Amino acid sequence: MKKIQVQAPGLFTTVQDLGREGFGPMGVSPSGAADPISLRLGNRLVRNAEDAAALEMTLLGGAFLFPEGAVVALTGSDFGASLDGVPVGPWASVEARPGQTLRLGPTRSGARCYLCVQGGISVKPFLGSASTHILSGLGGLDGRPLRKGDVLNMGPANSSFRKRTLAPQALQSLSPRKVLRVTPGPQTDWFPESSRRLFYSVAYRVTEESNRMGLRLEGAPIPENSGGHMISEGVSLGAIQIPHGGQPIILFVEQQTTGGYPKIANVISADLSSVGQLRPRDEIRFEPVGWETARSLFQKQERLLALPELILE
Amino acid sequence: MSTSVPGIAQFQPSSDDSLLVSFGHEISLDAHQHVVKLLRLLESQPVAGIRNLHPAYCSVLIKFDAQKLQHHELGALLQPYLARLEDVPLPESRQVEIPVCYGGEYGPDLAEVSALHGLTPQQAIDLHASASYVVYFLGFAPGFAYLGGLPEALVTPRLPKPRRSVPPGSVGIAGSQSGVYPFATPGGWRLLGRTPIAMFRPDRSAMSLLSIGDRVRFTPISPEQFSALESA
Repeated sequence: MKKIQVQAPGLFTTVQDLGREGFGPMGVSPSGAADPISLRLGNRLVRNAEDAAALEMTLLGGAFLFPEGAVVALTGSDFGASLDGVPVGPWASVEARPGQTLRLGPTRSGARCYLCVQGGISVKPFLGSASTHILSGLGGLDGRPLRKGDVLNMGPANSSFRKRTLAPQALQSLSPRKVLRVTPGPQTDWFPESSRRLFYSVAYRVTEESNRMGLRLEGAPIPENSGGHMISEGVSLGAIQIPHGGQPIILFVEQQTTGGYPKIANVISADLSSVGQLRPRDEIRFEPVGWETARSLFQKQERLLALPELILE
Repeated sequence: MSTSVPGIAQFQPSSDDSLLVSFGHEISLDAHQHVVKLLRLLESQPVAGIRNLHPAYCSVLIKFDAQKLQHHELGALLQPYLARLEDVPLPESRQVEIPVCYGGEYGPDLAEVSALHGLTPQQAIDLHASASYVVYFLGFAPGFAYLGGLPEALVTPRLPKPRRSVPPGSVGIAGSQSGVYPFATPGGWRLLGRTPIAMFRPDRSAMSLLSIGDRVRFTPISPEQFSALESA
C-alpha cells in the first residue's frame, strides 16, 4: 500500500470525506469536508469517486513525502504549494515521483485547502465515513488532527497519470462568496422587524473562536428576542443562532445536533461551501432569499458540478 | 411559514433541506412519546429522500435531499405517518443503571448545589439517585442523553460561565434535566458526580449506552468501586 509521510502537519489538518449522514438519533453530526465542493472536484481531478477521503488543511498547510509517489491535486484555497521546490498550482492533477515532497505554506486566499490523492486516504471508517470528528475523537486518523511523523495509507490507485485541470469558467461560478444568502430560520418571527433589518444591513466579522463546529461572528448585536421560550430542538447545517449577547453563531459541519438558542436565519445549501472558506477577520454579510430561490440555486450548482466538461483532460 | 396538521403536529421549514415537525411547545411525556413513535415509524418504514432525523424534546428535525423533495412534498408524505401515530405500540422501556461516584473531584459542584437548596450533600445524592429518569433524546454530542425526571428540589440553573472542558463520564444537572457527558467537551451543567462507564464506544455494537426512550437510574458508588469499574 502506498504511503504518505507527514513531515509537517500544518496548523490543523484532518482526514475528511463527505461525512456520515443519518446518525442524528445518536447525537452524531455528519462532520465531513468544510468545503465539500472543493473536495468533490479534487477527487475528480485525480479520478477518484467524489466522496473519497482527502486531507483538509486549515490556514497553514503541511509537508508531505510520497515514498512511492502519488497522483495528487490541490483544491480550495491556494496555500502556495511546491513539489520539491517547483511551484504547483491548485485545481490540477500532478504526479509526485517516488521520494518527492509536497510543501504548502500559509493561505493566499481562503481558510481551507484539500490535498486529494489518487486512491484516496485509507483509514478505518467510523459509521461508514472516514471523516474526523474532533469533539468525540472518532473517525479519521485516531480521531485527531495530523501530527509530525504520522504515516497515512492511500487506497489502491487504478490508473496511470493523465493531467486533468478544472475548466476556468467553473472556477469562476464556484468561487467562495462573502455575501451569504440565507432563508428564514425556525424562530425568525421571534425577532422584531427592526432586528431583522439590522441583521441584513450590517457586516459581521468572523472571530478567531471559529472552527468546524461553528463560526462565531462579531458585529452589531441583535437585541434579545422576546418571542418565546426556547426548547432545545434539532438544528440544521448553516443555522444562524442568536445567543445571549446577540452575536450570531453559524453552526457548521461538526455542529452539536440539537440546540437551545433561537435561529434567525439559515445559510442556503448552495453557499455552505463558501462558509468553509471563511477565515478569522473576514467580513461577511447576509442576504435574505426565498425558498424557491434557495432551491433553484442549489439545483443549478449541482447541475454544474455534474457536467463532464467541468474537468479538462 | 408554518402549517398545522389536524391533530398533533406542526410543520416548519428549518433550512432549504430540512423540516421541523413539532408536537406542541412543552416538554412533556406525551410529546416525547409522539417523537419516539414518529422516529420508530420513519426508521422501520423509511421515506425515500429523507437523509437524517434529529429528535428532541417535542420535535423531530427531518433533513432531506433537496434534489428529490421540497418541504410541502415531504409534509404530504408524512401525513399518513402522523395519522397512524396513535396506533404505534411503544416497546417496553429498557432500564439502564449507571453507577456514579458523587462529590469531591468527581462532582465538583455537589457542595454548591446542595447549599443552594439547603440540603446536605448526602441528601442531594439521595435525591438524584432516587429518581427514575427518561431519555428524552440524544443530542449535543455523540451519546449525550437529555434525561427528564430530576426531582423538583434539585432544579438548578446552569453555571453562569461554562467550563472549557468537562471530564468524560461527568454527571450533571441543568434546569430540570440531568445528563452524562460522554466526551471531554465544554459544558455549563453543574457536575454532581462521575461514572466510570463509557457512554459512547465505537467498538460496541450499540455504540451509545443510552437510546431515546430508555429509563435510567443512578447508583451511588465509592471511589474504590469507581477505580475498579474504570479499569475493568
